[in-house]
Amino acid sequence: MKFAVIVFPGSNCDRDMYHAVKDILGEEADLVWYENSNLANYDAILLPGGFSYGDYLRSGSIAATSDCLKQIKAHAAKGKPVLGVCNGFQILLEAGLLPGAMLCNKNLAFMCHQEKLRVANHTTLFTSEYEENEIVQFPIAHGEGNYFCDEATIKELRKNKQIVFTYEANPNGSTEDIAGIINREGNVLGMMPHPERAVEALLGSADGLKVFQSIVMNWRNSYVASV
Amino acid sequence: MKKVIVFITLKQGVLDPQGKAVQTSLHSLGFQEVEEARIGKYIELYVEDQENVSERVQAMCEQLLANPVIEDYRFEIEEAVHS
Repeated sequence: MKFAVIVFPGSNCDRDMYHAVKDILGEEADLVWYENSNLANYDAILLPGGFSYGDYLRSGSIAATSDCLKQIKAHAAKGKPVLGVCNGFQILLEAGLLPGAMLCNKNLAFMCHQEKLRVANHTTLFTSEYEENEIVQFPIAHGEGNYFCDEATIKELRKNKQIVFTYEANPNGSTEDIAGIINREGNVLGMMPHPERAVEALLGSADGLKVFQSIVMNWRNSYVASV
Repeated sequence: MKKVIVFITLKQGVLDPQGKAVQTSLHSLGFQEVEEARIGKYIELYVEDQENVSERVQAMCEQLLANPVIEDYRFEIEEAVHS
């Protein structure tokens, strides 16, 4: 399986993401600079964390207008997986691939520590390797992870089981303790916590590995098996 | 040339942690009368004269300058004074 890790000016979790899929999972992966990129030959797109364009205007807003995002929208429209983590999640929100927006953390602090999460939906192509309601530990590292959306959107998210990860002890004020949501079609996941920083015991947790294993497993089942 | 001034504000009902912190600081400076503080953005654009400036700026606000999920915007258009 071939992953593209998109690199924007200001991305800083791109290497971690690359390391997770390339070295730990042993899959093919490229670091792809956002300009003049050609994403046609990739099976999955990973939008890493960081501070694309220095968080100018709003986190993720400038990256969301890039030509690269047009390609990612086309990729997503084909049902291929897209995972956005941290700033990647913010970009997906700004690009309209996921509903809602991010506000400053309730305590105004940039927070960087391990958080316990609940896998609220273990039936997605990103979480199928987890148990139902499994409690996992991923690091968070953000200043604007306070997820906000209106009441109607929350109802939609609940109804369609689009809430995939929730915080056990909400650190940032997120609506409904939301840590990660998926699109209605089930192939675009955005999450603030970092699964790519939790892929080895040495890093304090290997709980994030199953996110990437799920993507690979589901891709093998749906594409390779049918060939 | 037109000068466009865009004001971006958080929608009513959206919590503003920054505004809250500023309010607390104002209180600690003795300005107890401040009942609420909301932080927004002020953007100046200088744009070529054209017929549909207003519509174009509205589109800019909706597509990039403001995030309609959490923000409202309004703008004023005036003649740019050349320096």
